[in-house]
Amino acid sequence: MNAAVLQSTPETVVQKIEVKDLNFYYGGFHALKNINLGIPERKVTAFIGPSGCGKSTLLRTFNRMYALYPNQEARGEIFLDGENILSPRQDLNRLRAKVGMVFQKPTPFPMSIYDNIAFGVRLYESLSSREMDERVEWALRKAALWEEVKDKLKQSGTSLSGGQQQRLCIARGIAVKPEVLLLDEPASALDPISTGRIEELVHELKNDYTIVIVTHNMQQAARVSDYTAYMYLGEMMEFGVTDEVFIKPKKKETEDYITGRFG
Amino acid sequence: MSLYARRLLLNRFNLLVSLFTMLFGLFWLGWILITLFEAGFRALTPDLFLHMTPPPGSTGGLLNAISGSLFMAAAGTLLGTPIGIMAGIYLAEFGRRGWLAPVTRFINDILLSAPSIVIGLFIYEAYVVHVRHFSAWAGIMALALIVIPVVIRTTENMLRLVPDSLREAAAALGAPQWKVISFVTVRAAKAGIITGILLAVARISGETAPLLFTALNNQFWSINMNAPMANLPVVIFQFAMSPYENWQHLAWAGALLITLSVLALNIFARVFFRNKTPMY
Amino acid sequence: MSTVANTIEGLPRSLSDMSTVSKAIPDASLRKQYWLDQLFRHATRGFAFLVLALLVGIIASLILGSIPAIKAFGLKFLVTAHWNPVTEEFGAVVPIVGTLVTSFIALLIGIPVSFGIALFLTELSPKWLRRPLGTAIELLAAIPSIIYGMWGLFVFAPVFADYVQPLLTGTLGAVPLVGRLFQGPPMGIGILTAGLILAIMVIPFIASVMRDVFEIVPAVLKESAYALGSTTWEVVWNVVLPYTKVGVVGGVMLGLGRALGETMAVTFVIGNAHGLASSLMAPGSSIASTLANEFTEAVGDLYFSSLIELGLILFVITFVVLAFSKLLLMRLAKQEGQKT
Repeated sequence: MNAAVLQSTPETVVQKIEVKDLNFYYGGFHALKNINLGIPERKVTAFIGPSGCGKSTLLRTFNRMYALYPNQEARGEIFLDGENILSPRQDLNRLRAKVGMVFQKPTPFPMSIYDNIAFGVRLYESLSSREMDERVEWALRKAALWEEVKDKLKQSGTSLSGGQQQRLCIARGIAVKPEVLLLDEPASALDPISTGRIEELVHELKNDYTIVIVTHNMQQAARVSDYTAYMYLGEMMEFGVTDEVFIKPKKKETEDYITGRFG
Repeated sequence: MSLYARRLLLNRFNLLVSLFTMLFGLFWLGWILITLFEAGFRALTPDLFLHMTPPPGSTGGLLNAISGSLFMAAAGTLLGTPIGIMAGIYLAEFGRRGWLAPVTRFINDILLSAPSIVIGLFIYEAYVVHVRHFSAWAGIMALALIVIPVVIRTTENMLRLVPDSLREAAAALGAPQWKVISFVTVRAAKAGIITGILLAVARISGETAPLLFTALNNQFWSINMNAPMANLPVVIFQFAMSPYENWQHLAWAGALLITLSVLALNIFARVFFRNKTPMY
Repeated sequence: MSTVANTIEGLPRSLSDMSTVSKAIPDASLRKQYWLDQLFRHATRGFAFLVLALLVGIIASLILGSIPAIKAFGLKFLVTAHWNPVTEEFGAVVPIVGTLVTSFIALLIGIPVSFGIALFLTELSPKWLRRPLGTAIELLAAIPSIIYGMWGLFVFAPVFADYVQPLLTGTLGAVPLVGRLFQGPPMGIGILTAGLILAIMVIPFIASVMRDVFEIVPAVLKESAYALGSTTWEVVWNVVLPYTKVGVVGGVMLGLGRALGETMAVTFVIGNAHGLASSLMAPGSSIASTLANEFTEAVGDLYFSSLIELGLILFVITFVVLAFSKLLLMRLAKQEGQKT
């Protein structure tokens, strides 16, 4: 079943991430079952599905965020540019410098706006202060936040509004120039206007980054993504070009979800 | 009487009793504070800060005791705080697996409630006996042992309040764990941790028992760390139990000073915490 | 290949190469971070071990110090009431009984009063009074114990002797069984006084904890009881208290720990006598007060060692109480299906 899913990704598109026979466990609970999937490079892929279907779990295997917790285990292979990131020899920090993540709740660090962005950059690059200033400005511009904060870079990150904080987190994520950006329901805690801004951002960012976005909002997935994966109860049900999945889904389960027969 | 009427009566009665207990508590607070302020203020003169503790029958002040207390409290805090913070970090950040964390937490709770006189006894047995004299060092060690469990408990609690999403956000950038903890998690809990330290200082400022067998007391001014050092609580103890009036006056003055500083520290810590805690 | 949008012309180094940073991270720097991580983890772990070592050290040194006394008296120490430094005969019964009885009195009075205060603060008090009243109660906890001792001896004891004790002897002293506890000359100081002062000292601790746990009872839970027509008292007694029993037990244990170990307040007012009297109004001693009074003047190895053994006994009592309460809490929490 899953081989057919892989085939719906056109051969001409480069696979940035390739998932092979991935199984994931929270203790004894089998949360992801035999996932096989290819994430195309420089495109936006959306994971959709009802609550508890495993979309966030799958997202979090891409930067091995689960490794922070005991009793969470992934088995199988995930290839990022051909290297298996689930291998025990994989350095987690290096992986995470390459694969960035933005979370559902805005998480500004308890530092100034400037330092929030500089924190990640300082981890692996030594830039002169002028270069750092430029990088911070660049990241904030990309996140469409520069105009609003340029005069208060020294203020605490927590002093911003919810939507601004989330854009700050996005700026922080791209400032380190990752190759992949994982967005875990980035707009679900925000008001509609901020949500719209974030969606615009995603649209722009996909020119430079491979983006995977988890969303429980189907319309958002339809607006924003090039490819969509529908998951249900830990299994990958269908994967394909967004328009096809939404207009002509190949499976009944997908159609049921999309047309709102359950959810 | 109907069941309903009985229930109402019981309710009224118990609520009245509750009011009474509140007044009861306030009554004692008021009485103690009024006594303290009355007796203390009478003896509060600038002399307190200018002269040393006098022999019975003469006038004097509390300068050596005040400075000794300040010094030992500061040193004890300086000694105990880093230990407490590091152990607290271990419990909150590395303590999710294994046996050491639950055991340490259990032991810490015991040390937190252990009688402070036993702490003094321990330092006496472990140190004073071997060097054969009372000393400021011993007093500082005893105070540090009281600071440590308080700081461990508050540090751990404050660190646990920091949401995991913040840690994950830092880890997601590729930060190694020690940087996540030092630059993000501890920083986020900074206000709470400092409050814990302030509360520990307030606690040791009023402690007498741990100093009884360690730093003892010194009638004169001394900055020798290896000799007994004057301190307010033991001076108060000695002077209050004595039959000399001037000594008793000084004891009340000293008691007032300690109470004022402890209360001030508590209030300051509370206000500080409320103002500086970021809302999540 | 697209270019980076919204950038400035004449791109400096940090912006011009779109190639990602991750390819440039050298293995050596990652290795350094790994070792720093290990160092940090082991350092914090070491300090946690230190806490463990401290406890072991305390118990060990107390035991070592008590050995001469243990060798001399053995288990008789625990049942002898004799305390004579001159003949070097020591028995721990009087201080132990003093410690236990004063703490018992403290809890007997303290628990109901604390409950009443917590009830008042959470249910009865007008909103604007809550914070100041709560702070006032917490101030009681902040007052150093030596002040309680001084106030107890110089202010409370005389009043107690002149007005309250004769009253007690007159009323409760006449009651058949209990009466013996309240006989005797009104000296003002003594076991009863010490117990009362301890009660005032532990009330703020227990009340604060009770108030804190009462406050986090979900409003919907209380509202469901009110919706059935319950009175305030019934809601507190039947819903709030069972819901918070874990926290309440914890608070009581905290208070008990404090009462058992309290030194200065008790030393001032307990009278420091070494006889075992049958009346609460008589002077007595507690372990802590004995230590405070006699330690610095003790002469002779056996005297010293007996005092240290007293300290060991006190520590063991506190340890047992605390350990028991923790186990009780764990058991209660498991029953509820939640973890504290």
